[in-house]
Amino acid sequence: MIAIVDYGAGNLVSVKKALDWLGQECAITSEPAQVASATKVVLPGVGHFASTESLERTGLKQAIADSIGRGIPFLGICVGMQWMFERSQESPQTRGLGVLDGECERFPGSVKSPHVGWNQLEVEASSRLLRGVASGSFVYFTHSFRAPVTGTTVACCEYGGRFSAAVERDHLFGVQFHPEKSGEIGLKLLRNFCEF
Amino acid sequence: MLTKRIIACLDVDGGRVVKGVQFENLRDAGDPAELAKAHSASGADEIVLLDISAAHERRATLLDTVRRAARQLFIPFTVGGGIRTLEDAAAVFSAGADKISINSAALADPDLIRRIALRFGSQAVVVAIDAKRCDGEADWEAYTHGGRTTSGHDAVKWAREAEDRGAGEILLTSMNRDGTGIGFDCELTRAVADSVRIPVIASGGAGGAQHFVEVFRDGHADAALAASIFHYGFSRLVDLKQEIGAQGIPVRWPC
Repeated sequence: MIAIVDYGAGNLVSVKKALDWLGQECAITSEPAQVASATKVVLPGVGHFASTESLERTGLKQAIADSIGRGIPFLGICVGMQWMFERSQESPQTRGLGVLDGECERFPGSVKSPHVGWNQLEVEASSRLLRGVASGSFVYFTHSFRAPVTGTTVACCEYGGRFSAAVERDHLFGVQFHPEKSGEIGLKLLRNFCEF
Repeated sequence: MLTKRIIACLDVDGGRVVKGVQFENLRDAGDPAELAKAHSASGADEIVLLDISAAHERRATLLDTVRRAARQLFIPFTVGGGIRTLEDAAAVFSAGADKISINSAALADPDLIRRIALRFGSQAVVVAIDAKRCDGEADWEAYTHGGRTTSGHDAVKWAREAEDRGAGEILLTSMNRDGTGIGFDCELTRAVADSVRIPVIASGGAGGAQHFVEVFRDGHADAALAASIFHYGFSRLVDLKQEIGAQGIPVRWPC
């Protein structure tokens, strides 16, 4: 069973709908025990980085960390991916999970923010999550902060400079865009994740 | 490169898609779930469903329509019409919408924008503004209730206020152009787009590819929405996007 972690921020129906469409057994849950017993964990996220603080209060952060420690595949989406980093300028006092190095930052004043719409991926051939997704593919973004390009970046996007559109290390995956809203390309990526 | 979005709009009354000329003389153009899927397959970047009936007894029908349309839709899906409270919005999100669009209710209760944004995120809140040219102090006034009542608000100032209150996007309809097919109101669109930082979706007046090119280039729109030109086969989305792309506007292609 895939656990879609609900920490009270935003609407998780779209992610569930996409996984249902792919024939995956999945459930939206805010129970640490259910996260702990899941075979895969998806952390969606919209809204403010500070809203991830409730993960800590509710014990979900510990459940996610334990599950990652046991080698369970994890996928962070949007703020869920940003949370995998150490911190974000959006809420400097909020600690991320810190499994990836770096800090999420705001877009420069030279571009409109938020970054909303379909933009292109520059894909690293080695990516397992993006297997079958060509460079130049369009995916749907909506965010005001962005993750830096680091050694774990497997896809970049260009908007007021390059940023991480997808990250991956071992069984940890993160995407800044919304695969559940990115048409066939997004479904392909989710299918890849489900097969790990 | 970030592309300009082409949005297909479904005006729905009693669970069926209709489209009027300047909000009158509605014609039936089919099943919303089927049309949404067809638009997505032919390259729409996003789907907006506006319930123009909004009569209380029809809410259940709308939620059922949203649920049916959302099930097979994997691109952004916005639903508007008759959303007056946080609870109304929550019901529409549970049915599968990614964003809600509010118009009259936001003008009557501007704090509603903040309340929905707080719970669902700003990216999920689209404030729709029906703007009509006027001779008063403002160049355009925001209208409510399907364009029947003036709110007395300056449309440009209202857009700025909506942004400050937490709106994620502005859906800007020119009442003067709606249903005419003579082109978007680029002047109105530019006035709003240049005074806010959030994306502005231009609406009202689309008749052909050139109109989209103009509203992106001269109107500074981030996205443009049309309804009737797609429903009746006047212009297929695939051809439209290719034509717009050929004129140097970045669009998502192939989809």
